[in-house]
Amino acid sequence: MRTVHFDHRNHARDAAFPSPFHSRQAQHNRMKEWSRWSDYLSVPAYWCADMEYFAGRNACGVFDLTPMIKHRVSGPDALPYLNRLVTRDVAKIKPGRVGYSVWCNEQGRVLDDGTIFHFDEGDYRICSQERQIDWFLTSAQGFDVDVREETHDVAGLALQGPTSFAVLNALGLAGVETLTPFGLTTFDFAGASLTVSRTGFTGDLGYELWVDPDHAETLWDRLFEAGELHGIRAMGSQALDLLRIEAGFILAGIDFLPAWEAVRPSHTRSPFELGLGWLVNFDKGLFTGRRALLEEHERGSRYRLVKLDIAGNKPAKDAYVFGGDGKVIGTVTSAMWSPSAKASIALASVETPHGESGEELDVEIYYQRELKWHRVMARARVVDKAFWDPPRRRQTPPAKF
Amino acid sequence: MTNTGAVLIIGGGHNGLACAAYLARAGRPVTVIEAAERVGGMAATREFVTGYRASCAHLLYLLDESVAGDLSLASHGLRLAATELQTVALDPGGEHLLMAPDGLEGGGLGDRDRAAWPEYQRRMSKFAAYLGTLRSQAPPRITNRREDLLALGALAWRLRRMGRDDMREFLRIAGINIHDLLNEYFDSSLLKGALGFDAVLGAFAGPRSNNTVFTALHRRSGAGNGYSVVEGGMGAVTDALAAAATAAGATIRTGVRVQRIESDGLTVSGVELDDGERLAASTIVSNADPKTTMLKLLGARHLEAETARRFHRLRTSGCTAKLHLALDGLPEISGLAAEHLDQRLLIAPGPGYLDRAFNPCKYGEFSRQPAMEIILPSVVDPSLAPSGRHVLSAVVQYAPYRLEGGWEAGKPAFLEAILDTLEGYAPGIRPLIVGSELLTPPDIENLFGATGGHWHHAELSLDQFLMLRPAPRAAQYRMPVDGLYLCSAGCHPGGGVMGSAGRNAARAVLGGAKK
Amino acid sequence: MSTKYNAIVIGAGHNALTSAAFLARAGMKTLVVEKNDYIGGATVSLETYRKDWKYSNCSYVASLLRPEVYRSLKLAKYGLQIVPYGGGATFSQNGDYIGRYVDPDISRREVARHSQRDAHATERFDRDVMRQARFIRQFLLRTPPDPTSFRPRDLLELLYTARAALDLGEDLIYDTMRFYTMSIADFLDEYFEHPLIKASHAGSGIIGSAMGVMSPGTAYVLLHHAMGDVDGSMGAWGFARGGMGAVAQAMHDCFIDLGGRVQIGQGVSRIIVKRGRAVGVALENGDEHYADVIVSGLTLPHTFLECMEASDLDAGFLDRVRHFKIRGSSGKLNIALDGPPRFTALPEGSELARGDLHFVDTMERLERAYDDWKAGTWSKDPYIDLLIPTMTDPSMAPPGKHFMSVFVQYVPPKVDGKDWTDAQVAAFGQNVVNRIEEYAPGFKDLILHMEVRTPRELENEIGLTSGNIFHGELTMDQLSFNRPLPGYAQYRGPVKGLYLCGSSTHPGGGVMAAPGANAAREILGDLRRINTVPEGWLDD
Repeated sequence: MRTVHFDHRNHARDAAFPSPFHSRQAQHNRMKEWSRWSDYLSVPAYWCADMEYFAGRNACGVFDLTPMIKHRVSGPDALPYLNRLVTRDVAKIKPGRVGYSVWCNEQGRVLDDGTIFHFDEGDYRICSQERQIDWFLTSAQGFDVDVREETHDVAGLALQGPTSFAVLNALGLAGVETLTPFGLTTFDFAGASLTVSRTGFTGDLGYELWVDPDHAETLWDRLFEAGELHGIRAMGSQALDLLRIEAGFILAGIDFLPAWEAVRPSHTRSPFELGLGWLVNFDKGLFTGRRALLEEHERGSRYRLVKLDIAGNKPAKDAYVFGGDGKVIGTVTSAMWSPSAKASIALASVETPHGESGEELDVEIYYQRELKWHRVMARARVVDKAFWDPPRRRQTPPAKF
Repeated sequence: MTNTGAVLIIGGGHNGLACAAYLARAGRPVTVIEAAERVGGMAATREFVTGYRASCAHLLYLLDESVAGDLSLASHGLRLAATELQTVALDPGGEHLLMAPDGLEGGGLGDRDRAAWPEYQRRMSKFAAYLGTLRSQAPPRITNRREDLLALGALAWRLRRMGRDDMREFLRIAGINIHDLLNEYFDSSLLKGALGFDAVLGAFAGPRSNNTVFTALHRRSGAGNGYSVVEGGMGAVTDALAAAATAAGATIRTGVRVQRIESDGLTVSGVELDDGERLAASTIVSNADPKTTMLKLLGARHLEAETARRFHRLRTSGCTAKLHLALDGLPEISGLAAEHLDQRLLIAPGPGYLDRAFNPCKYGEFSRQPAMEIILPSVVDPSLAPSGRHVLSAVVQYAPYRLEGGWEAGKPAFLEAILDTLEGYAPGIRPLIVGSELLTPPDIENLFGATGGHWHHAELSLDQFLMLRPAPRAAQYRMPVDGLYLCSAGCHPGGGVMGSAGRNAARAVLGGAKK
Repeated sequence: MSTKYNAIVIGAGHNALTSAAFLARAGMKTLVVEKNDYIGGATVSLETYRKDWKYSNCSYVASLLRPEVYRSLKLAKYGLQIVPYGGGATFSQNGDYIGRYVDPDISRREVARHSQRDAHATERFDRDVMRQARFIRQFLLRTPPDPTSFRPRDLLELLYTARAALDLGEDLIYDTMRFYTMSIADFLDEYFEHPLIKASHAGSGIIGSAMGVMSPGTAYVLLHHAMGDVDGSMGAWGFARGGMGAVAQAMHDCFIDLGGRVQIGQGVSRIIVKRGRAVGVALENGDEHYADVIVSGLTLPHTFLECMEASDLDAGFLDRVRHFKIRGSSGKLNIALDGPPRFTALPEGSELARGDLHFVDTMERLERAYDDWKAGTWSKDPYIDLLIPTMTDPSMAPPGKHFMSVFVQYVPPKVDGKDWTDAQVAAFGQNVVNRIEEYAPGFKDLILHMEVRTPRELENEIGLTSGNIFHGELTMDQLSFNRPLPGYAQYRGPVKGLYLCGSSTHPGGGVMAAPGANAAREILGDLRRINTVPEGWLDD
């Protein structure tokens, strides 16, 4: 059932609400720790972040996606509206497909990124990290389109990892094997409609399942039943963060500052500066930010978001990045020791012209061992490819393990 | 995109016609599309009662001299029936005040008022002249770019050249309200009322609203003949502009309305008319108000979202009504010699009166006792009315665009309130009335297409002036869609029959498509 | 009797004490003279009702107090504690309210309860106001330049200002220009759709000003109330523990520790000018004190029209002073309560009652309140900023009892052009009490004592000319290089040796202590003494 209620003045008694999966999360949550994510209680780690991470890479992990912000965009002008809103050509996202995109303000700075689910002609959902309704409605002026937030009306679970397909198969979702990456389809499930998309935030085989909150607990239970022999595990946000860094995915508020919340406009980034130039389509016509981005495209960008493969084994969290001449040219935005790649890896924002693939940089790492702080300068190489990108991610039909 | 092609101008108001004339003189093929049967927009002279004619804009005081000169308007038929009208501040007790730039007469003024008058005039004229100099150029943008910094530096330098004291005074008063300023100079309520009214004419503001020193200065920023009455009504100005444009080779089509500007959001390609006809054009200049042009004709969807928001938030609700009375004879104003009936008569006896007139407007109600600027143009131009008959033309404030309860019900009541007020000064005027026309802001919107019925096309205020008018980044006449330009009063330097925006827009067109 | 000092500071308000402390720290022998037999001016806590009860009689909350001054004068060491109260509520006539909570998520949901779009727009609004606050804060502890001057220091300061503006970037410059010239009503229209949300933000645009919400220029007043912070939480407000008098008391104690001397109970009857130079002050009791510099913490008109001989001043200058806009627009009720009032709209035990409470739900009601003031009377339906400091601060009233501070606007300096009568003061107070009673039935019965202050009391007791709480309106003609008067914005008076350090000077009122600090820096510079005034902390 819908668990977030703020229509009554008593809403203020709680700073966060249970998710529709809360009763089940609580059963799995051995650590008894809860964090807040948007309006919901979320689990940082159920029993051990590292073990949950390995479940995601080796079997499959279940992550509660309900707090993701969801907006529904529908109406005759939904497509032209979205095309004016986001940087990529939404016409290329056919019904039954999902597309990743960013949207910008007029200065060409990224407001947020998210996935666009195309259900049917003129019916879309945008999933994003941050709330957008004011901006989305502002952008709707002049379009025959209905835009509303539906975050609390849809419960979501991410099922990620190599056995995720096997689990869905065991769940009896006939035809799910035909779903290609970024495909989207709907099943009858326990008397309700279950939407399944082959999407995820882990860079591996994985699915996202969307259902009415009333059926959330049923979905969870059936999923864990079906997954029992496939190594299914509940997964918390800490494990997910490790998985997404390995996959090279950026996170709003961590790897870039959403422009709408920036008090200092110069701290924001353009899609080009986030390595997302491939999402910018200058041929599709007008979109917000086009002029500024075209100008930047011609003039060159100031920053570049890079993946770093760092020598040694010290995670480079919050580290400064130095260029060849010993000058600070940027900072690490996300970093970790990658258990899968067996490497210290990072995402970093550096000033151009630095950051070309293969460039050797230095990273200043502070780390602590038993309360003693150390500082090391480590060599780091700019790499192109994500640190984790197995072929099984794209294989259709997927393998069962 | 071609830089020498044909130009299509939407709307044949004075700025559209001025723009057409300048472009045609520069050798551009120009077509003006006007929705009404005649050109002129709010300046057009219209027959409001059979045999009686008047124009919505009724006084000429801001016409850009260089436009008049460049386009030889005199040789195209512009004649002034009267110039340098004096202002008469009507006093309910009959002790009226005659205001001339060089002195004050009557009104029961004290010595302080008379003594302060020359200095007030000097300062305000000087400051207004500074504003006047801003008219001749597109406002600079505020960026680090050299040309912008130079333009801004030039503005600052001209300010400094006023002299230290005057510059200080200008910087002190530019953002404040007329009420406080007048109190520093004068005691007479009648005088302060009249000067205060001049500051708020056409504005959603009372005398105590800040920015009204600015609006007062804007109103005085014209050079030349002060207030003039044009022979044949203000339509003669636009007729002369049309003649100048036609003589230079422009084509003017009337009675066809532009329904839509065709665009993909990157460039414009033409317009669609209400009869379905399509006209291709790579350069379009719109004399329609900014909101109509950008949000209706072009469409918000063809703008980036923030640009659309900037146009959307433009404040355009008018609060000024226009009254035209057809009179059987010349009215009498108690205490005023008949020879003064050719002057500009103000009903605004005191700042308190103005405040009380303004207050209801804030809440969607009309003034029970409105303030008025009245002229009887037929006294100096008998062609406007049948022989021996007269036309009374009055700007009336305040009439909110959105009236609580609607204008359909409210209009007769407002007319009664106006006539009652008039009767207080001109007893016996009612029986003289053979016909009348009261144009509320929605009427003005319907007749002339100006969003909100605002005669400036957008509220004239410091936050909607210079590089902020009509919207930041779109204040240099060139719109963010390639090939589209604005030339209306909604652009710098604002409303009043000036022609400056039309000329400046023409320059922007001729300056090329380069951003 | 006559003594010679390095500096004499007139008045013992927070700015005067700030100036005095910085001068004393530079080794100057400094005397502060105060007409009342208590210090603090408008930053005062008195036991007006009875012992163990403290009122914040005038100013009642703190946020703008410059942290640089706070730290530099070691006010914490002298006992000052500013405790944030967080939150607040604006009540509507239909029995509902909009709450503001410390937790941003709860706050957002509370707005969403009324309008989901406004909930998201609030973040845009907060960000834009924050951008403006960041811009203006760098100027608070700087002396404004004279834009007409070609002196190097003015040109450099103009350059600094121009660079700071250009650093904002083109779009933000335009936003700033609009922000400074718009009305708060128009400004809020660009963000919000729900009338209650707008009304809940609008109060900050008018507090202390003689303008209505629809008057252009009120958006800036909002900024004046949003540019402060409590420990880095921008826009937050807090209580001074023990009442606002604690602020002045800490400054006073610091000043005394630095060797300063304070004489209370004797007002200055005249600033002594000899040969075009201010050389001393004559007190009401006939004493004369002499000093190298005289520093006035009084309002501009109070200083020049009441404490100086017209013959010592230029007639044109005096005209300017007379035209200085300093109109009272607010009043205050200080109430001792037998117990906590119960605002029926709030859920039992709601934390919102600890914050600022308001009773207005449309812009129209706010504007109509202003119409009353324009017409020369107090607002029948006034804007109210109500706080109960004792919900947070246990030191101001006996346990279980409460002190309630009720700021009321609009209240004219004169009623229909005539001086206030006692009956009118009482009627004004009663009207406010009745208004509160509508939202908190039974409130009246809790009242043990009530102090009603109109501009008359504010002027008579603490010398706020016309009862204006900011020592002069915050309008374009009286801000930055125009404050208090064009050409006199650098804290120097028209005669040598005379300085101004009160809120009539840049950056204005609000218990900021910046005018006092800036004046001290100018004085020390003129005297070629070591500068003891801290630089502003830059926000990067």
